[in-house]
Amino acid sequence: MSEKRALLTGAHFMNGDVACAEGAIAAGCRFFAGYPITPATEIAEHLSERMPEFGGIYIQMEDEIASIAAVIGASYAGLKAMTATSGPGFSLMQENIGLAVMTETPCVIVDIMRGGPSTGQPTLPGQQDVMQAKWGSHGDYGIIALAPSSVQEMFDLTIEAFNLSETYRVPTLLMADEVVAHMWERVVIPSSSKIKIVNRKRPHGSPNKYMPFMPDDDMVPPIACFGEGYRFHATGLTHDEHGYPKTQSSEVQSKLVRRLCEKVSKSSDKIIRIEEVMLEDAEVAVVAYGIVARSALSAVRRARKAGIKAGLLRLITLWPFPEAHVAKAAQQAKAMVVPEMNCGQMVREVERAAKGTPVNFVSKLGEDPHTPMEILEAMRRNS
Amino acid sequence: MFEKEVHPFSNYLRSAMIPHIWCPGCGNGIVVNCFIHALDELQKDLDKLVVISGIGCIGRTAGYINADSFHTTHGRAIAFATGVKLANPELEVAVISGDGDLFAIGGNHFIHAARRNIGIKVICANNFNYGMTGGQQGPTTPIEALTTTTPYGNIELPFNLVHLAAASGATYVARWTTLHVRRLTQSFKRMLQKEGFCFIEVITPCPEIFGRRNKMKTGLEMMEWFRRASVVENFSDPAKAEIMPEKIVVGEFVNVEKVSYEKLLHEKIAKINEKRMKW
Repeated sequence: MSEKRALLTGAHFMNGDVACAEGAIAAGCRFFAGYPITPATEIAEHLSERMPEFGGIYIQMEDEIASIAAVIGASYAGLKAMTATSGPGFSLMQENIGLAVMTETPCVIVDIMRGGPSTGQPTLPGQQDVMQAKWGSHGDYGIIALAPSSVQEMFDLTIEAFNLSETYRVPTLLMADEVVAHMWERVVIPSSSKIKIVNRKRPHGSPNKYMPFMPDDDMVPPIACFGEGYRFHATGLTHDEHGYPKTQSSEVQSKLVRRLCEKVSKSSDKIIRIEEVMLEDAEVAVVAYGIVARSALSAVRRARKAGIKAGLLRLITLWPFPEAHVAKAAQQAKAMVVPEMNCGQMVREVERAAKGTPVNFVSKLGEDPHTPMEILEAMRRNS
Repeated sequence: MFEKEVHPFSNYLRSAMIPHIWCPGCGNGIVVNCFIHALDELQKDLDKLVVISGIGCIGRTAGYINADSFHTTHGRAIAFATGVKLANPELEVAVISGDGDLFAIGGNHFIHAARRNIGIKVICANNFNYGMTGGQQGPTTPIEALTTTTPYGNIELPFNLVHLAAASGATYVARWTTLHVRRLTQSFKRMLQKEGFCFIEVITPCPEIFGRRNKMKTGLEMMEWFRRASVVENFSDPAKAEIMPEKIVVGEFVNVEKVSYEKLLHEKIAKINEKRMKW
């Protein structure tokens, strides 16, 4: 059976985890390693059934550390690779996410956020890992993180995550929440020819001249795979363009780490995606992401009906942070409202970008996401 | 005046990475030497070889061998190698790492890869301690040995690595010391021709860090211990393969045929798609 016929197309009713799994397959992912964890398990279950149909690999590893390690290995062996987990597993993966950053490994890590810290609330939603997404591994680095708000976006943004990861040679995180993952919605899947797929930049020139960490003008080095005759070395140690360890050189360290940060930050205009709703004349601007943005949208519409000039800035990209978009909204607004399912994480970034415009944080923990009324109330207080 | 001599195995080594970082008297060079000899005698295609290591002195081997190579995080070489082997089963995937890396922080990955019978070749240079960090006690440190963290003598029972490997399901298990150069090379060759998870423990001298605290100040003195104490007991019970001051049991312990995980997996995938074709 040809791949195209087996790919889903058309309208389907599915949950977010399944949509994510189907998005991975559509993106060309052919390797999944994972470990069961609520509320991400359905991604693994679905891929255990679907991967073999595409000649792809599904393996359940002994833990999340092994899962991300195997994903990095598979990516270097030439396959698009992914793992999926939730908070506890995401914590375990952090060291090797740093390895993926350092070795510039294209791969996708899905974190279905539940309530933390520790084992927390396995079956309830949270947005408590969004700072960990940026700062979780030790050292400085650039990272890309996306936040889907719907089951459709679980499909679309999984593909986007692969495309970004392949483009920038950076691990890309899909930071979803339990509601988006377990909610069932209609998903429309275009025919595969209409889905934009990006594949990693391959080396040009002879194998013996290949330098695995010599960047092009876009700061991204082309990537060879194991077994192709390039005979290259990669290491988590600070390394030069050849991939050879240079652990005593301040020059090599500075050049490498700055590039790892800047290849993301300097392309942020190309990476960042946001959605703006009625922001043009908004006096109260809500900044939200994930499932909370759905409530926020409803709240904004109700506010408009009640005569409040309200607007929504929905963050689709969390990292790199859409600073310019927040600054623009803040310039015009008299107040900002930031609802999050945590004790205040992205709100700090919003405050930093808002440069003096009052920012009102609406926290919710340990239960369903904010209702539109809860967000509306905060808007009323600040309008 | 002198013709520039080329090392006969220079094509197996990454000259840009030499000199190596290892201490005088260290046995890691012998491990690499025997491994390279095995590759050469089998005429292995270096383009299809991937050498993977974790963190530690021997972990630098990945950088020294002129094949595709990856130096992973501490303890994760086997998990990384699992991804490589499944993604491309045609590759020869060798993990070369140390006792602390493979059996303390990475112990869980070792037993599960052996249980699954992933077709990777795992070589452990066992020097009885954490050499790179200055000689701390580890999972193979002998009872009463002195290390920087057991200044009053070690009271932890060490792992018997060949017993652990055999019990976990490895298809090939052997132990040699760096004194057994020919037998070790033979063992590497045998391993490189086998399907499934293979494990070879190489007891290596670490005079600078371990030996000098334990009355063996030079590499030679440690090799003297290996010579004096080693007893070849091929296919003896690995559970009884002890490493003691007076006796080190070496030899091949397991050599069985078992279908590898990747073969079963790809057969399964082929079958699933065959069934779909019929619909």
